[in-house]
Amino acid sequence: MSVPVLFFSYFALASIVISLIVITRKNYIHAVLWTLLLFVHISGIYLFLNAEFFAMIQMIVYAGAILVMLIFVIMLLNVKHEDHLSDVSSLSIPKAFLVFCVLGVLAIVLQTSYLNTTGKFSIDLVNKVSDAKLLGQIFYSEANLPLIIMGVVLFVPMIAAIVLAGKRSDE
Amino acid sequence: MVPLNAYLILAATIFAIGLIGFMTRRSIIMMLLCVELMLNAVNITLISLSHYMQDFMGQVIALLIIANAGAGMATGLALLINGYRLKKTVKIDLFKDMRG
Repeated sequence: MSVPVLFFSYFALASIVISLIVITRKNYIHAVLWTLLLFVHISGIYLFLNAEFFAMIQMIVYAGAILVMLIFVIMLLNVKHEDHLSDVSSLSIPKAFLVFCVLGVLAIVLQTSYLNTTGKFSIDLVNKVSDAKLLGQIFYSEANLPLIIMGVVLFVPMIAAIVLAGKRSDE
Repeated sequence: MVPLNAYLILAATIFAIGLIGFMTRRSIIMMLLCVELMLNAVNITLISLSHYMQDFMGQVIALLIIANAGAGMATGLALLINGYRLKKTVKIDLFKDMRG
């Protein structure tokens, strides 16, 4: 077994085990901290895929912004662990069947979508010009409409947060 | 070289774990965490396919998904704070005012 395969199997196994730990925690803060560890491992998996920009974004946006926001709200509301672990054992047969159906559909779709194509962005090109530079060039040329839509999508929750959680004027 | 199927199986497993968590946990905070788990699984799929098909459009969509995850998380937490003011709880099955 070569060294990359060994490292990848560590990251994959750790990701699965940590995500199992995450969904079974009673304490919310513990769950969020285990999620932080999971995101660090997923960021390591992105490094295998020559996506170092995404490894960085994963750390900055997910670990740095989203999880901190979640911890902030948990501490603001001061909810500790109202959740009981018996919730996890409430996995009934229809729910488990649904999960197996989703897994089966994913397996079939992903098997058939395997295209061994050689596209424009070969591994040598990504290694020579950096990942972030190529992504930026695409975002400003052929994928400029998704960039604009992303701006609108990021503008919506600002309005939503102000309208939903802001101070009422009639209080 | 790690085969593409390893990444796809890993992503599908994490997605299934997130789905199980989303359906079984009763608190909104854990449900939001499980949504993040599922979005991360989708991101792994997109970026691995983008690497193996040598097409950068997968990474463009993955960046869109990260932006959507942030937006959804912010909106969900605003809803959570608003609901907590109303009900003094974060359990989803106690928010049943709109049940028909």
